[in-house]
Amino acid sequence: MEKVGLNSVTLVIILSFFVGAVVSIQTSINMSNPLLPSYLVGLASRDSLILEFSPTMISLILAGKVGSSIASELGSMRVTEQIDALEIMGINSASFLILPKVIATVFFFPFLIIISMGVGMVGAWVGGLSANITTADFMFGLKYEFIPFYITYAIIKTIFFAFIISTVSAYFGYHTKGGAISVGKASTAAVVASSILILLFNYILTDIILS
Amino acid sequence: MIEIKNIEKKFGNNHVLKNVSFIFERGKTNLIIGESGSGKTTLIKILIGLHKIDSGIVLFDGVDFNAIKTKKQRLLRQEIGMLFQGGALYDYMSVEENIMFPLNMFTKKTEIEKLERVNFCLKRVKLEGKNGLMPSELSGGMTKRVAIARAIVMQPKYLLCDEPNSGLDPKTAIIIDNLIQEITKEYNITTIVNTHDMNSVMEIGEKITFINKGEIWWKGNKDELLNSNNKELNDFVFASELFKRLKKG
Repeated sequence: MEKVGLNSVTLVIILSFFVGAVVSIQTSINMSNPLLPSYLVGLASRDSLILEFSPTMISLILAGKVGSSIASELGSMRVTEQIDALEIMGINSASFLILPKVIATVFFFPFLIIISMGVGMVGAWVGGLSANITTADFMFGLKYEFIPFYITYAIIKTIFFAFIISTVSAYFGYHTKGGAISVGKASTAAVVASSILILLFNYILTDIILS
Repeated sequence: MIEIKNIEKKFGNNHVLKNVSFIFERGKTNLIIGESGSGKTTLIKILIGLHKIDSGIVLFDGVDFNAIKTKKQRLLRQEIGMLFQGGALYDYMSVEENIMFPLNMFTKKTEIEKLERVNFCLKRVKLEGKNGLMPSELSGGMTKRVAIARAIVMQPKYLLCDEPNSGLDPKTAIIIDNLIQEITKEYNITTIVNTHDMNSVMEIGEKITFINKGEIWWKGNKDELLNSNNKELNDFVFASELFKRLKKG
């Protein structure tokens, strides 16, 4: 839990805050038309963060951090015969090593994404202030026509992405053959494969859930 | 006792083991020697089920390892202690945790009983008081000794050692060899040592099998080895000038 989740909290907070702020500033720049109400900055930032940035972009970043960590850990264990040692002892090494990681990611990633949403909106508010959007306008936009199901949708996506990251990375790490170079290759392959699958499932899930 | 009958193993077009049959006796240090790539490690991995055989039988005291169900294979594996070439210690666990790990997984002993057993095993490999060290803090010889302690903590019936002396200086290598032999006699277990270290062969070679190109070319003990006329065996064993002189004189 600590390795796959808690260690990523700081990264998620930093990323979400600054991306939230930038989204807010960019939205306000693109809404310079006086006919567009300024509260739209809050609304657009909210929907961008909840629908796409927090679940998908953060998952892609976590695929790089957590996924490569899982793949390299298991890969190192494979090439140093630690996995073989587990098998010799009569332990099912796959379920012993991989299952806790899958459970931890599937359980913890939704919390990370919720943190990301919250922090991202704080960042968007700060960014909005620097773009002369008042707090009252921003807060109005943030609450305007809010659809709670979007949160559910984001969490469903995150659970799928967490499962993809942990299982794909574990697969590449567990089946590493060779030495240190192979561990590096497995780690890279895990991140690439996870990222592509995340993007593919992002499209599929969005089409199924939101259409 | 471990018996193998007509073992065949291929990796693609590479015929690694060809009709290999042998009996590894209980209470003896059974050595498998041969050049790198001769099939020694494959044979060890077949014995413990890490490689599947194409044909043949592996019998552990009469039990056909490949004929029993996975669950029973796992139970049988709990009776096997394995010393890997690099030690294969879990690098996120201390020495004590590494040795205690099998006890945690498979026994219902109390913490005190487990600690007593760990300390007994550490004493047996002459590493008393090193409980708190991490694998990264151990020397090569210490790593091997901790791995031996972990291998014997469950009081196995079979002890398999893959290149136990690789990367060790001659003095430490002899300590490891003697330890393996002492443990074999003390607990009357079936020990198989896979090596190409000739010092080991001369030190603990009670029953030696020479594998060449995937086939068994010679069987005997260390005394018979010195007087053998088998050309391939002599080319392998007496490759160095020192051993050539030993054979002559």
